[in-house]
Amino acid sequence: MKIIVNAKPHEVAGATLEAALNELGFTSPAVATALNGAFVARGKRSDVQLAEGDRLEVLAPMQGG
Amino acid sequence: MQFYGIEINSRLLLGTAQYPSPAVLTEAVKSSGTEIITVSLRRETADGSGAGFWENLRETGCRILPNTAGCHSVQEAVTTAHMARELFDTPWIKLEVIGHSDTLQPDVFGLVEAARILSADGFQVFPYTTDDLVVGEKLLEAGCELLMPWGAPIGSGQGLRNPDALRAMRAHFPDVPLIVDAGIGRPSDAAQAMEMGMDAVLLNTAVAKAGDPAGMAHAMAMAVVAGREGYEADPMERRDMAVPSTPVLGMAEFA
Repeated sequence: MKIIVNAKPHEVAGATLEAALNELGFTSPAVATALNGAFVARGKRSDVQLAEGDRLEVLAPMQGG
Repeated sequence: MQFYGIEINSRLLLGTAQYPSPAVLTEAVKSSGTEIITVSLRRETADGSGAGFWENLRETGCRILPNTAGCHSVQEAVTTAHMARELFDTPWIKLEVIGHSDTLQPDVFGLVEAARILSADGFQVFPYTTDDLVVGEKLLEAGCELLMPWGAPIGSGQGLRNPDALRAMRAHFPDVPLIVDAGIGRPSDAAQAMEMGMDAVLLNTAVAKAGDPAGMAHAMAMAVVAGREGYEADPMERRDMAVPSTPVLGMAEFA
């Protein structure tokens, strides 16, 4: 299914957020996720089912003021 | 001085953006003596570039104050705050809800709303706000226990554009920690803020964009200490006219 990851289209096979993250190579523990604008906690990623066209944001610590 | 019950010794908070290299950032953090550094959240690449930065931050031993920089809506800021809380394992959040993309001035209406939502959810909010007293009151009502009024627009280095408003805030909120956030360009700006009784200053560009960031970080640290000690020592009042400091009594007569 096609989902949007950090504003870019990606094809993923996994049905859950957890599976998609592994598939996309986001294996670092230093990432936080939001699906369609809402925060998804680390512990919930394996429960969250993805749907065609979902917008996923994967964020990491960056320099900031 | 305490922020949300945490004892803080250094009155200088430092941002981590725009340094020429991670090594220069680390050196600047060290020479500033800061205990609190601000960080942000941005889109991760699959190579895990954020993880390395996170390691660097941890090595500084500083407390992390994540921000919601760049968020223009309440929902964006709230979602970012939740992501930051999980990632950095802290209830602290520097809340920015930007209202104008040229001036980067806070959308104070959205700010108050987001502060209320986040405070109710257990966050300890550091709101980046204007120097408006009424907005300050609304933020405290929303659950904030400190305020971060701007000195000048973010990254402008203009110093304190409205010192009278900051003085009014100090007088109006005598027991609320006030941190001047944004606009500090030079050590004298930081000293001025501290002399008027501000509790701390938060700055980034002034150090990161200096020719010698570590040198400037140290200069800022000294300015903050000097300004604070000056405030505590109760400065004299200004006078319109000269008043001799050397006693006039007992002067010799030579003519």
